Amino acid sequence: MRRAVLKCNPRDIDMTPMFEKLKAFNGYFVQTAHLMVGVPSYQNYLDHMAKTHSDKPVMDYEAFFRERQAARFGEGPNRMSRCC
Amino acid sequence: MISKYVIWVAIAILGAFSLGTVALTQGESINALWIVTAAISVYLIAYRFYALYIATHVMQLDPNRLTPAVRLNDGLDYVPTNKNVLFGHHFAAIAGAGPLVGPVLAAQMGYLPGLLWLLVGVVLAGAVQDFMVLFISTRRNGRSLGDMVKEEMGVVPGLIAMFGTFMIITILLAVLALIVVKALAESPWGTFTVAATIPIAVFMGLYSRFFRPGRVAEVSLIGFVLLMLSIIYGGQVAADPLLAPMFTFDGKQLTLMLLVYGVVASILPVWLLLAPRDYLSTFLKIGTIIGLAIGILFVAPDLKMPAVTQFIDGTGPVWSGSLFPFLFITIACGAVSGFHALISSGTTPKLLENEMHAPMIGYGGMLMESFVAVMALVAASIIDPGVYFAMNSPAALIGTTPETAAAAISQWGFVITPEMLQETARSVGESTIISRTGGAPTLAVGMAQIFASALGGPGMMAFWYHFAILFEALFILTAVDAGTRVGRFMLQDLMGTFVPSLKSTQSISGNLLASVLCVSAWGYFLYQGVSDPLGGINTLWPLFGISNQMLAAIALTLCTVVLFKMKRQRFAWVTLLPTTWLLICTITAGMEKIFHSNPKIGFLSNAHKFQDALAQGQLLAPAKSVAQMHQIVFNNYLNAGLAALFMLVLLSVVFYGIRECIKAMRSTHPTTHEAGGVEMQSA
Repeated sequence: MRRAVLKCNPRDIDMTPMFEKLKAFNGYFVQTAHLMVGVPSYQNYLDHMAKTHSDKPVMDYEAFFRERQAARFGEGPNRMSRCC
Repeated sequence: MISKYVIWVAIAILGAFSLGTVALTQGESINALWIVTAAISVYLIAYRFYALYIATHVMQLDPNRLTPAVRLNDGLDYVPTNKNVLFGHHFAAIAGAGPLVGPVLAAQMGYLPGLLWLLVGVVLAGAVQDFMVLFISTRRNGRSLGDMVKEEMGVVPGLIAMFGTFMIITILLAVLALIVVKALAESPWGTFTVAATIPIAVFMGLYSRFFRPGRVAEVSLIGFVLLMLSIIYGGQVAADPLLAPMFTFDGKQLTLMLLVYGVVASILPVWLLLAPRDYLSTFLKIGTIIGLAIGILFVAPDLKMPAVTQFIDGTGPVWSGSLFPFLFITIACGAVSGFHALISSGTTPKLLENEMHAPMIGYGGMLMESFVAVMALVAASIIDPGVYFAMNSPAALIGTTPETAAAAISQWGFVITPEMLQETARSVGESTIISRTGGAPTLAVGMAQIFASALGGPGMMAFWYHFAILFEALFILTAVDAGTRVGRFMLQDLMGTFVPSLKSTQSISGNLLASVLCVSAWGYFLYQGVSDPLGGINTLWPLFGISNQMLAAIALTLCTVVLFKMKRQRFAWVTLLPTTWLLICTITAGMEKIFHSNPKIGFLSNAHKFQDALAQGQLLAPAKSVAQMHQIVFNNYLNAGLAALFMLVLLSVVFYGIRECIKAMRSTHPTTHEAGGVEMQSA
């Protein structure tokens, strides 16, 4: 289907899917890099809070970031975060 | 149906052909790409067939069963995560200094024995362990290894396993710190760049705490630029007659500094030093590993190390002991690493979106780690064997000058001239490369050769050498910080049972006391290693290897028990096979380290050697006084005791494991303690 589009005038080529893909890839890249240093997706946290705990206060990004930083190196169960 | 397998048959043929080329080529050097092709073919086939077999038959993964990440999703600890993202996270957590250093040390026997164990070990043992532990922890809400041993096998083995973990951390930190000391001793350039990471990290910490909170990418980029500048400026420091002496230290001075640093770093707030350096070390680690892979493919270097050297008989200068069991102890992390069991039962199971992702994360992640180890083996094997042995042999064997070293090594059959040694040292910007043991400098020379061939030419060797040293020192120091902290919390928990006020991490005296105790524990072994005439690595690395393989055997014993309790004992060979092999290796190596008649291998015979000399009123190097002689005797007894302790820990856990398996066999129904079991449709 995409191939049929390519045969037409270049101006007709719809670049949106490619940009969308690139954007998604970049999103995963950033998410991976953050998770490597112990910061999970903030958007996921927001989504989760909105869905299940809409009555509870939500941490802003800074507070969320600090909470995760403390958890990675603090006393929590996740303190063993790396290998030899 | 058949066409589906055509590609796998092709990969199998390619792999077999590459392995054949690697194994059977004699007398002429082979290209590193053969090794890379052989390794990747083996990984692909193992992943496609063995991991799938384990997933479908042994574990019987259930795509409809909700994982703890989904059931307990809190947006913080439990987060359903895209499997590619989680793969990156898991790999970054398990990759460390172990898989880089082990293969470099193992290269003294030639590249072939090490390569074969890296491939066989990862497929049948290492990846199976990581994958199985990830699976059983996921089925138990992401509980830790110690908790699972307690729950499935009993309180006593659980406590033994936890105690074993603390001992491993101690010996691990000592050996990691030793690698850094060996790499930085008498190297003003290296010392300057590594020291510069402290102010850089503190700046980053302040920046991301007060100025631009939470901007990880931005602050990491700034830090990275500063790091590169510090490497460039380090070259000028080393060349400056005034500045160079200020950054030139011997091993003992560096040891003292590391100890002070360890105490201070472990009580500072994490955001100030530890976290920002964690960013730098993590991103630099992943970036360099990817760069090294591209570099090897692009440069396609020839291996200069023979496939097998005469040192398989156990007379090698880098470490003593014969191929069996010591090769398997030395390679450690790249083939099977008990430490991974702590990661696979740590953060990763709490992030797993679906059970069907476990093979890629657990088994695939470990295959990737093995590939890192293969690259390290390649990097160590492309440098001239004469240079390799000059860098890795202790001064007691080759002397301290290029002339004595070249003469000794040429006599072993690896022809090298004093000029070649001096030229190599000069090209990497160091005054000497002789007896730079510990693996890191050797790896740095190999990496510098690859990177300089790809980017910048020979003129960039010195930059890339110090880049590689920084890369290793950075994540080793991060591990030392974080490890000391983990040890400190463990100790504070322990002390808290006797003096409750020490348990609180708000208590400054409690923090300080636990930190000093923890640093003293690893510091003692570090100092002992630094002052050892045989280089320290000869003593500490086997102890680390034994403890690491011991932890792997404990983890695999737990997996076996769980399979029996699930009433799937007919598949238990999958874990019993590696458990048995690790048990044989660890116990044999432990016994030899204690009782071997050669003083270079056996701790007791080394103690006796010094005792006999004392009795006759002689002093043996490196001791310069009677007190030092007594100290060496004591250290050898201590090391023998430690090796015995590791064996005892392992044997008792295996004993409890067998007991549990027999109990489970007698039971008519599954007795395992799984949590959840909620299906997707019903949720």
